Amino acid sequence: MTCAKFFTTALFISGAALFSGAALATPHIQQWQTASGARVLFVEDHDLPMLDVAVDFAAGSGFDTAEKSGVAGLTHGLLDLGAEGLSEDDISRTMADIGAQMGGRFEPDRAGVSVRTLSSVAERNQALDILARVLQHPLFPEPVLAREKTRLIAGLKEAETKPESIADKAFNKAVFGTHPYGFRASGEIDTVEKIQRTDLEEFYRAHYGAKGAVVAIMGDVTRSEAETIAQKLTLQLPAGGASALLPPVNLQVQSSEQRIEHPATQSHILIGAPGMARNDPDYFPLYVGNYILGGGGFVSRLMEEVREKRGLAYSIYSYFMPMQQPGAYQIGLQTKKDQADEALQLTRATLREFVAKGPTEKELKAAKQNIIGGFPMRIDSNKKILDYLSVIGFYGLPLTYLDDFVGKVDKVTAAQIRDAYKKHINPDAMATVIVGAPIVVNPQPASGRAELTPTEAKTENGK
Amino acid sequence: MQIRWLKYFTALALLPAILLSAAAHAEVFEKTLSNGLKVVVKEDHRAPVVVQQVWYRAGSIDERTGTTGVAHMLEHMMFKGTKTVPPGEFSRRIAAAGGRENAFTNEDYTAYFQQLQSARLPLAMQLESDRMHNLNLSDAEFAKEVKVVMEERRMRTDDEPHSLLYEKLMAAAYQEHPYQHPVIGWMNDLLALTAADSREWYRTWYAPNNATLVVAGDVKADDVFKLAQRYYGSIPAGKLPLRKPHSEPPQAGIKRIVVKAPAELPYLVMAYHAPELRDPEKDWKPYALEVLAGILDGNESARLNKSLVREQQLASQAGAGYDSTSRGPAMFILDGTPSTGKTVTDLEAALREQITLLVKNGVSEEELKRVKAQVTASEVYKRDSVFYQAMQIGQLESIGLGHKAIPVMLKKLQEVNAQQVQDVAREIFQDDNLSIAVLDPQPISGEHKHANMGGSHDLR
Repeated sequence: MTCAKFFTTALFISGAALFSGAALATPHIQQWQTASGARVLFVEDHDLPMLDVAVDFAAGSGFDTAEKSGVAGLTHGLLDLGAEGLSEDDISRTMADIGAQMGGRFEPDRAGVSVRTLSSVAERNQALDILARVLQHPLFPEPVLAREKTRLIAGLKEAETKPESIADKAFNKAVFGTHPYGFRASGEIDTVEKIQRTDLEEFYRAHYGAKGAVVAIMGDVTRSEAETIAQKLTLQLPAGGASALLPPVNLQVQSSEQRIEHPATQSHILIGAPGMARNDPDYFPLYVGNYILGGGGFVSRLMEEVREKRGLAYSIYSYFMPMQQPGAYQIGLQTKKDQADEALQLTRATLREFVAKGPTEKELKAAKQNIIGGFPMRIDSNKKILDYLSVIGFYGLPLTYLDDFVGKVDKVTAAQIRDAYKKHINPDAMATVIVGAPIVVNPQPASGRAELTPTEAKTENGK
Repeated sequence: MQIRWLKYFTALALLPAILLSAAAHAEVFEKTLSNGLKVVVKEDHRAPVVVQQVWYRAGSIDERTGTTGVAHMLEHMMFKGTKTVPPGEFSRRIAAAGGRENAFTNEDYTAYFQQLQSARLPLAMQLESDRMHNLNLSDAEFAKEVKVVMEERRMRTDDEPHSLLYEKLMAAAYQEHPYQHPVIGWMNDLLALTAADSREWYRTWYAPNNATLVVAGDVKADDVFKLAQRYYGSIPAGKLPLRKPHSEPPQAGIKRIVVKAPAELPYLVMAYHAPELRDPEKDWKPYALEVLAGILDGNESARLNKSLVREQQLASQAGAGYDSTSRGPAMFILDGTPSTGKTVTDLEAALREQITLLVKNGVSEEELKRVKAQVTASEVYKRDSVFYQAMQIGQLESIGLGHKAIPVMLKKLQEVNAQQVQDVAREIFQDDNLSIAVLDPQPISGEHKHANMGGSHDLR
């Protein structure tokens, strides 16, 4: 839900950020390896008669190639559309019969499948049996692939008319160049057209191996039951596996500004650059700093300047996307076309001021109060704990991550935030994309479709 | 935020909201203060957190022509300060307590919430009770905030072809009933809205006897009642205006509209007037319709996806949605996007064929059983979210059914039989009862496109 207040886009950072509250007991995480080499993280909890399981692989869109981007997404998407002895219809119908829910996750780094089921033995076994087959014996049926490619291409064509999608695509290209983090997660029309069934099979064999798998189990089973479950889900995963390491991101982005025409009433503005990796030593200063600048909902500086004081936008946010390699640092907003330049200048000035001077002590205190005081709400449901197990397992964070979090947040100083921002974010070297740009500013003959090619791209030199 | 179509959009992907109802309902306690404020407490001690929600029975259904959007506008103004709390301070104090907060408005109600550590509940109550009767609605704050709401409208509706289509469809489908107006308000009305309008709205509807306080989480009901008495107990009851009845006359003939907007893919929506739940014990049609929505679109192998998307490949997406819980007349909605090479006409024919099959052959016991199994499981899953449990209580209180309807609704859903599903399908799926909207996609460049947008900036 997005509210009176705003569209939260603090996606990854909040998902990856775990806190431990003052007097709060953090969940007891058990960890082991399966015979096939998969890593398992388990929290036993019998409060509710239900079970959540998620299995993740280093198989996100970051493992695509430029020539055939979309293979990773289609491989993931087709896992539950046909597996040994089960048609796509068998899979969805049999899960529905017992009220089980299958879900998925597809990110630049990770691809995963999850199941939520009642923990009673019959239901649980049926749900996990299907999950085991989907993960270990997917069929990628030819006719299903043909149909899904058609649907995907239709969706991509639609996306190319939507200002937010056009902006995302141009932004990622400007920030990441040819690095796979810059690919559209679902691929491009011309690359998806080329994808064959063998591409999916190869991708599956290379990236869905047991050794890189992370199994998260949360809920109403015992340790020995969890061991059996993890074994059953991973024993027959592919043995080999490609490297799970992605190429390094070029952190030096050239300053650029693209203005792309669109008939929408608002301009969609994105500003950013590569930010930080998940294991960056500056993780906590940047996390807390971003809360102050644009991550803290209604109390952030950007919200105060752009929305509260001037009514220039409904939504304005900033976030880091910490991944295996540095994901984007992004500031985004939408505003009526004729005030786009005013909002853009104000946003840039706010960022510049923050990078130059860092937060005030008062802001830092308020940020810590919120992040630390809000910790219990980070782990108040099975679903949230499950997500943390997956993150801790996938990114190799310490098992004490939850217990340490509050302490780490509490230790952050204003000077650390300022230094970390200065080191990672250079306001003079950022990519800006404006879709639905005010035409008056840069008169440009309408050149047929306002494709994804910028109607104007200029290089700014510091200012 | 405003959530007019949320219920339909979510229903397309999930089971209808009502299906996700309450077991463990035993831990719900209620008390009404002498000023008329109803307090409902759901104890849940799994985590040391609490959610407070205050629900006002005032939504766009209560608005008048010319000032549409005022309910939602006031929701925004509720963060702009009271006699003793400066603008923005509400959010700052909740944030400093580690809390999260927001609000939402729809056709039937406006609600405000905070989530925080249970020990901080008194702070949330102090602030929320203060703005129930001490709001400072200044002209200056209003002037800034109405611009924000116009941006919200541009973002959510004007530049979102599917939302725009739903807005125009509802304006056509409802002839008399205020559901014809968008929750966020018509742009013209937002441009003309004044601080005085919002003051009048606040005076009229913001009173303890027009509200429900829901508290859920790691609290004891008795403690919550005491706190509620302390913070809300002294707020005087308001004199609520008589609510005029609204009706929707029989449609008497199919309605069709076309909406042009920048897009690639066409889109089709078929909206049938349908009964809403009034008497949870005696009504049966709304339950049969909920089950029907599940049979059509409750999972990936449900009829619409299986037949239209997977087998016939006529649609790249197809869905069904129905929400029985509303203050006004409901709709049963079918929607879909034709596959490449197929048209909305093909898709409409295919959806109609599905309806014919339903009406002629009914539904199988297996399908019925599957939907009910999903309802049962969802009951358990629901308990993983304290916030959702509070939402359900507040919503049912606000539309007049009350939270005690929750277990009744669950029982009744389990009692739905195949004959009832077939009968209700036959009754509502009539052309005389149908409004159809089609999105006619327009290229995103070219001068005529600007004209087509009828953009709000042209109005200023």
